[in-house]
Amino acid sequence: MNLATKDIRHDLGRFAMTTIGVGMLLMIVMGMAGMYQGFVVEALLVVDRIGADLWIVQRDTRGPFAELSRVPPNLVHRALAVPGVESAREFVYHTIQRQHDGTPFRMAVLGLGWPGDKGAWLPLSAGRPLVQNHFEMIADQSLGLRVGERITLGKDTYTVVGITTGMTSSGGEGIGFFTARDAQAIQFDAPGEAVRLERASRLVRGERTDFGAQQPLTVVEQAANPSVELPEIAPPPLSAVIVTLSPGADVQQVVSIITGWSDVSVYTQDDQRELALRAVDKPRRQLGLFRILLTGVSAIIMALILYTLTMEKVLSIALLKIIGAPSRVILGLILQQALLLGLLGYGVAYLVGLWVFPRFPRRVVLTEGDLLQLALVVAVISAASSALGIWKAMRISPNEVLSS
Amino acid sequence: MTGSSVQAPVVIETRGLTKLYGSGHTEVVAMRDVSMQVRQGELVALLGPSGSGKSTFLTAVGLINPPTSGQVLISGQLVFDGPVAHTNLRTFRGRHIGFVFQKSHLIPFLTALENVQIALEVNGETPHAARKRAKELLDYLGIAERSDNLPSMLSGGEQQRVSIARALANRPGVILADEPTASLDSRLGRQVMELFAQVAHDQGAGVIVVTHDHRALDLFDTIFEMEDGRIRQQRQSQDRQVTEGVGDGRSPTVAQ
Repeated sequence: MNLATKDIRHDLGRFAMTTIGVGMLLMIVMGMAGMYQGFVVEALLVVDRIGADLWIVQRDTRGPFAELSRVPPNLVHRALAVPGVESAREFVYHTIQRQHDGTPFRMAVLGLGWPGDKGAWLPLSAGRPLVQNHFEMIADQSLGLRVGERITLGKDTYTVVGITTGMTSSGGEGIGFFTARDAQAIQFDAPGEAVRLERASRLVRGERTDFGAQQPLTVVEQAANPSVELPEIAPPPLSAVIVTLSPGADVQQVVSIITGWSDVSVYTQDDQRELALRAVDKPRRQLGLFRILLTGVSAIIMALILYTLTMEKVLSIALLKIIGAPSRVILGLILQQALLLGLLGYGVAYLVGLWVFPRFPRRVVLTEGDLLQLALVVAVISAASSALGIWKAMRISPNEVLSS
Repeated sequence: MTGSSVQAPVVIETRGLTKLYGSGHTEVVAMRDVSMQVRQGELVALLGPSGSGKSTFLTAVGLINPPTSGQVLISGQLVFDGPVAHTNLRTFRGRHIGFVFQKSHLIPFLTALENVQIALEVNGETPHAARKRAKELLDYLGIAERSDNLPSMLSGGEQQRVSIARALANRPGVILADEPTASLDSRLGRQVMELFAQVAHDQGAGVIVVTHDHRALDLFDTIFEMEDGRIRQQRQSQDRQVTEGVGDGRSPTVAQ
């Protein structure tokens, strides 16, 4: 006769409520692990999906995912000239917050190197990749845009031609994919007044030029002057240039050549992954620590629940002792209930989590490893937390029956 | 003890049982030098006011609390020699002693049948055999039709019958009952006492019933009265033989 299940069936409603409560608690622990993994996935998403072998970024910066990086557009052509480089593309990446339909609209803008990259690698759930080099965009579904919808960013209006799923930045914003030129236009869009002021400033600089004492400089000679003295604004910079190597190319040799250029730094894909992860290191560690604390709290709460369940059975346990029940029967009663509570709680956590987590604003990723690890932790917590109840049960005297 | 059971073997024997609580000037003597014999098939009543030591005696004979000194022998086997136990008490208790309490103390999440069955299973009986025996006992005690009811659905008398069935489950040589009729009305109380008599005589168990209920004393073979931790009087129900000051040589109380 299984006393644990008999006891549970006797007061099924209360056990169910307790299990749901434990399940909710475990769901939060599960969610913490999922958010932790979500941070990792989001940090690595673009780096992994774009599949570049090398990332060329502004000298001594850690690349566009960690900090501001600006490299000149002609870096693409320099990179293409390096032996072993099969292709080099522009990469523009920044985050914007604008208004759309009267509400704040936050989006990570990723510029694709047109025409080599039209977004064919993106996981489209609707629509198509880019087919023209201006005024089209592919939006992640988390941005809430639909295919055919038009959105004005700066002075231009863009049409959503494709929808991706799960393409978010390390900050959790949905990514909008544009051509690099459009991404730059969005990034460096200046209001009309700013443009007018800049023109006025150029006029002042022109008037200061004393052609009587100073011969007009050629464009080449002017190029050596500070940028504020230049009559024209240079083409807007890129965030990075991404490079694909030819099959069989020596990565170290290519890296060595590009590292020799004193205006840029170069990272392999693994380097870039590490840098991207480092950018979300603190939130990850914070979540990890919080998860450990929550696991501890869960253990304490489960221990108290099991202790209470045991205390409610003091007379029954005392009676079992009087009628000769060996300790393993009493221990089994408590331990089986503890494991059942943990197991069912885990099931509740998983099932409710499957429904709830996709509705979270940030990505929650449940990996098999994390789920297995949590299952083992729950089993250990269940067994350990039942120790308090077992300790109490072992101390219950058969006298309890006589004195009650 | 009855005439028919005079030659029956002794199933409960206590020799000079004493129980002290505390020490020094806080020492309390709960039971002093209590010696008693109960034979197979004998129904014994243990009377006495509150604090007279009845429950202390019962917990010592029931192997729940060890005496400070003295011996307890169950079915001829020395179990307590002073506070020292000579066997695994819980196992021995399960197989040799059945208990009935003032409240039935049935396990609330088990049916009547399961409450009897569990007493057999925890002592090594197979579930099938335990179920069969439990059904027989409930039938014997006249509550077979209530087998599948939870304790909360049974009347007080029915609950007490189930607890008697549970006490009988392992065919114990000894049954100890602690005020089993205290929570029952007089009619039900009488019925329960008749059941104990039936159990003692039919099943051959030595039965000690601690009771305040003097209305059913005619059913008992032997009556002991305790006071201040001592047995003050022993009476044989049928021949009304009175032995006064048993065990301590002090003056007897007035017999009823």
